[in-house]
Amino acid sequence: MNVPTDKKKISIVCFSGDFDKMVAAFTIATGAAATNREVTMFFTFWGLNALKKDKGRIAMGKSILAKAFNFLMGGLNNLPLSRLNFFGASPKLMSMMMKQHNVATLPELVEAAHALDIRIVACEMAMKILEVEKSDMIEEVQDVVGVATFLNDSENSHIIFI
Amino acid sequence: MKHFLDITNETCPMTFVKVKLQLAKMDAGEQLEVLLNKGEPLENVPRSCEEQGYKVLSNEPTDHEKHLILIEK
Repeated sequence: MNVPTDKKKISIVCFSGDFDKMVAAFTIATGAAATNREVTMFFTFWGLNALKKDKGRIAMGKSILAKAFNFLMGGLNNLPLSRLNFFGASPKLMSMMMKQHNVATLPELVEAAHALDIRIVACEMAMKILEVEKSDMIEEVQDVVGVATFLNDSENSHIIFI
Repeated sequence: MKHFLDITNETCPMTFVKVKLQLAKMDAGEQLEVLLNKGEPLENVPRSCEEQGYKVLSNEPTDHEKHLILIEK
């Protein structure tokens, strides 16, 4: 087997914590990794919610404000649809429709991303603001990095902002 | 040893993902038969396998909608 060494690279900035945008990010990421690209996903701000170990609503952090923000935002199971969210009902309906049409659901895409060894990193600054610790996040988070490290790692990559 | 994978009920990106993960589990020299639909999977699954250094040994239609491809790792 002759595996080409010059792998193409893609870095995805997962800024939005919206359900549909997270589906798009993980779809591109897994599709890219499965077609032999080296993929990094950098989660910042609202995107951090997708990485929380507790997928529901947990008041994490030390300050009252951080606890309130984290509780209200919740985790992967609480990501809102960017339009027509209807108080959280729509993501569940959308997941049902995805299953009906044999389209991978968000948890399936996340699992595929882990199986494909996609590099997952979290934004140090956003974690500090929201008082989220590395231990609060899923074990697949490989590193907590700042923007300089992310840019260095993404040299010669296509960078996609979602 | 020959493995078999049916991705006719899958949609993008799981078509590529399932093939990639199955090939990752196999040893060099083993073969994988993949049943896939015409269109996006047929255009891109064999191509991405070749880009990764795998050999596509055959690519035959099974009916008007599906193809069977044979990949060697």
